[in-house]
Amino acid sequence: MIVAAGTPLKVSLAATAASVVLVLVVFELIRSRRLRERYALLWLFTGVVLVVLSAWRGGLNTIAGWLGVRGYPPAVLFAVGLLFVIVVLLHYSTVISRLSDQNVVLAQRLALLETRLSETHVSEHEDRS
Amino acid sequence: MSADRLKRIAIVPAYNEERNVGRVVDELHAFDPGLDVVVVSDGSWDGTAEVAAEHGAHVVRLPFNLGIGGAVQTGFQYAFQNGYELVVRCDGDGQHIPAELPKVLEPVLAGEADIAVGSRFAGGDGYRSSATRRIGIRLLALVVSAIAKQRVTDTTSGFQALNRKALGLFAADYPHDYPEVEGMVMLIKHRLRLREVPVSMREREHGSSSITALHSIYYMAKVLVALFVGLFRRSVVPTEGA
Repeated sequence: MIVAAGTPLKVSLAATAASVVLVLVVFELIRSRRLRERYALLWLFTGVVLVVLSAWRGGLNTIAGWLGVRGYPPAVLFAVGLLFVIVVLLHYSTVISRLSDQNVVLAQRLALLETRLSETHVSEHEDRS
Repeated sequence: MSADRLKRIAIVPAYNEERNVGRVVDELHAFDPGLDVVVVSDGSWDGTAEVAAEHGAHVVRLPFNLGIGGAVQTGFQYAFQNGYELVVRCDGDGQHIPAELPKVLEPVLAGEADIAVGSRFAGGDGYRSSATRRIGIRLLALVVSAIAKQRVTDTTSGFQALNRKALGLFAADYPHDYPEVEGMVMLIKHRLRLREVPVSMREREHGSSSITALHSIYYMAKVLVALFVGLFRRSVVPTEGA
């Protein structure tokens, strides 16, 4: 029988430190208004989950057991991190799509308004002459 | 029904077409002096807008390039907002021949179609193109025909006539990436009547078409994916009877 290996203490400490830094950086970005809360929620959630999984070694080992990861439980950290990165990227794709759709509408309205403005000017001049 | 009493306009999308656009506008005016022309300059940096204005067209200047779908939709919006009842679409590169317009206008004027599309292939009039492109065109036509449950031969033709019903739909919602192909499917989803008529077209005189032979296959794949997704996409404008 293969006995599940535990998470080495050093790995746990390093991962926890990195995750805490991530949470602090995100928090600072929100605080200084460089990141909107609505886009930051996913990042905060990612950071908090990573902090919990990194620091709570027993939990990480248990989850690794559930997922059938026998050899090296911290691999779960990579998997979770990667999953969140994919979710965040997908979220950004939807944000960019919406922005570019809105950009098209703005360009069209601007162009049509400019045309209406110049054509109104022309007809006003014609009326006077 | 005669076109003379209808408020009518030609939409000419143009991207850096200063050498072609003047003649297109002149030809349209010569074909029908009562036909207004609006040139949509799609972020052109040459004299497209100035040339069009000199030749007596209304000009809409997009601040940057939106691509053909966004430009044509801007034209539709201009026509819709200004109360036009009959619209023709004619590309700014001189490929479409205004003298062929009666053919595309006829089904719309007769009330038999909400949109009529001029097809290069329906009449068998020899239109030269590369082999890969021809296969692509045929494949697209097959797919769209199957979706439309009617025979369609030219899915990428921008030579079209529309009544106000079709105009209203496209002013509100128009596909941006492959507007002609996706637009056809959209029309059918909205139960508008589509009619294809054979026309002849000119080869381009200046510049090159936006689709090169090299990109044909890539283009095909993208269009097919867009079509497939389009079938399941929620529509912005509610469909009739849905």
